[in-house]
Amino acid sequence: MGLFKKKKNEISVETANKETVPAPKAEPVQKEKQAKKAKTAKKPEYREYDAISDRRKAERRQTVRRTIAAVFFAFMFLTPTVLTFTNSFMTASEISANYGSIFAQNTSGGKVFVSEVVNLKFIPDMVTFSQYATVLFKSPEYLMKFWNSVIYVVPIVIFQLFVASLASFGFARYRGKVKQLIFFLYIVLMLMPYQVTLVPNYMVTSELGIVGTRWAIWLPGIFSPFAVYMLTKYMRRIPYSLYEAASIDGAGEWQIFTQICMPICRGGLASIAILIFIDYWNMVEQPLILLDNEELYPLSVFLSRINAGEISLAFAVAVIYMVLPMLFFLYGEEYLVEGILYQGGIKE
Amino acid sequence: MSEHAGKKLDRYLKDNASRAAEERKYGSARLRRWRGRAVSWLYLAPSLIGVGLFFVLPFGVVIYYSMINNPVQHEFVGLNNFIRTWQNNAFSLAARNTLLFSMIAVPLAVVLSLWLAVIMESRIPFKSTFRTFFLSPMMVPIASVILVWQVLFDYNGLVNVFLTRAGIDRIDWLKSDLAPIVIILLFLWKNLGYNMILFMSGLSSIPRDQIEVARLESATEGQIFWKIKIRYLSSTIMFVIIMSLINSFKVFREVYLLTGDYPYNSLYMMQHFMNNTFQSLDYQKLSAAAIIMAVFMMIVIGILLLAEDRFGKDLEQ
Repeated sequence: MGLFKKKKNEISVETANKETVPAPKAEPVQKEKQAKKAKTAKKPEYREYDAISDRRKAERRQTVRRTIAAVFFAFMFLTPTVLTFTNSFMTASEISANYGSIFAQNTSGGKVFVSEVVNLKFIPDMVTFSQYATVLFKSPEYLMKFWNSVIYVVPIVIFQLFVASLASFGFARYRGKVKQLIFFLYIVLMLMPYQVTLVPNYMVTSELGIVGTRWAIWLPGIFSPFAVYMLTKYMRRIPYSLYEAASIDGAGEWQIFTQICMPICRGGLASIAILIFIDYWNMVEQPLILLDNEELYPLSVFLSRINAGEISLAFAVAVIYMVLPMLFFLYGEEYLVEGILYQGGIKE
Repeated sequence: MSEHAGKKLDRYLKDNASRAAEERKYGSARLRRWRGRAVSWLYLAPSLIGVGLFFVLPFGVVIYYSMINNPVQHEFVGLNNFIRTWQNNAFSLAARNTLLFSMIAVPLAVVLSLWLAVIMESRIPFKSTFRTFFLSPMMVPIASVILVWQVLFDYNGLVNVFLTRAGIDRIDWLKSDLAPIVIILLFLWKNLGYNMILFMSGLSSIPRDQIEVARLESATEGQIFWKIKIRYLSSTIMFVIIMSLINSFKVFREVYLLTGDYPYNSLYMMQHFMNNTFQSLDYQKLSAAAIIMAVFMMIVIGILLLAEDRFGKDLEQ
């Protein structure tokens, strides 16, 4: 923190200097602003100028303070990601030397030096790809699990969006008391933690005879109310007059849906797709309860267990695991932000 | 030119005639609207069927189970299971902890993310880079998160290393009354970025002229923030609260993986209770607990929605 404070002072001094030196140059801009005010009151010009410059100085100082806060938070937020990435290039012995004190019961043999306390290291002593080699070539089960994850997540994202866009159009196009009640029910269902719904879900899926198959994951995922809620919030922002206009021009409901509603919602769809993707990519509870065959488990379940065991592989597997969400994320960030921007605006 | 206009008129008349014919065939605008309403239910149908089958029907099963004595005899026992659950020590501990966690973590998430959004809204450099950084926790797999958190908060972990260097005794974070702090930090770390963007959008849609006017009337920045911005943000705040509530329930996945079935008392959450009762096959108690929780959630959301409604109306006047 001491370092931050020092930096702050330096910068603020710098900006203060800048502020005093080029002051006369800024005058023309100021005059325009003053011209407006001059109509109401005629004060000596220099005093007004001083007030504005003071305000500007304060603003600058505030900007610097805020930048430092942003840097601090960015650092906090990024650390785990960077740590996972760099540590995936460490050798097994280096990792167990660093983290051995935490996962001591799991490291085999006392050959390696284990420091008494944890040693957080960002830069490996020796860069090695051996962890990746182990994960990718020597033990194909990781790739199998990775593929499992993809098989679960992709259909869920696509079909949940499909079902949800139909439903939210139904919610947003015409409203009524009954629909409002149903929508409230959707919110409540969406807020239920997994532990509440999992057991009854298990009962129903076993009645349907799909327990232990991929359908047990797919079907509840596809009909999850989450996307319906998000998309409805999004669609309600489309002005009603737009639908009316289309309707008067003779467009049917289906045409209104596909040619007016969907194109407007593209950003929202993309952002919700990313949210669903991340949610199901990280699922742990559902497969554990609904599937009994370990071969069908996705990588997320596997990763949640690897922690206890082969800590040295964990980082490499985690990086491989992160690749897909990261690609989605970097590619779709603009959409994500745009979509969230829409969701969060004022008024429904 | 006039030929063109004539054609245009001709087409217009034809269109009109066909519309009149259509109206005769399908009925007036009112009827069309009624048909539209009926059709909109068709759009809802797939989702309603799926949700009914996989979410509502199971809930009916839960209600049924909560009122019978055991799955073999199926005898109706009324509210006995609820009373049994309510008096259960583990349940009240779990309920207290969960309530405490949500009541601290959710408001903190709202306030901090709003603060971050205000920071991001001002003129700071590298805005979009910061935005990406803030959102990055969303994609980090749980396993890495847990690993990092263990590295930080284990008894031999990094935080304790710094504490000893500062001359303070080490704390076994996850096995102390301070454990909820660790989890709240984890929760905030995961969710602040997303909430922040929600607030950024809320802030950007506040009408500029209102703020300008307030400024000309020499309102202080604080007044502008509390009297104008917060009022306009009420629906965003509502949305952020709902999302934070959802995510506050999701954080138990991490708690579970960090601490296992029976964590330190201060971390024993509703989800631990449910998990453990599930494993001991006590479906009646589990169902009763689930329903108590559901009712509680309904009340909370109902209150929130009502509050939002009132704020929204207030704004339009």
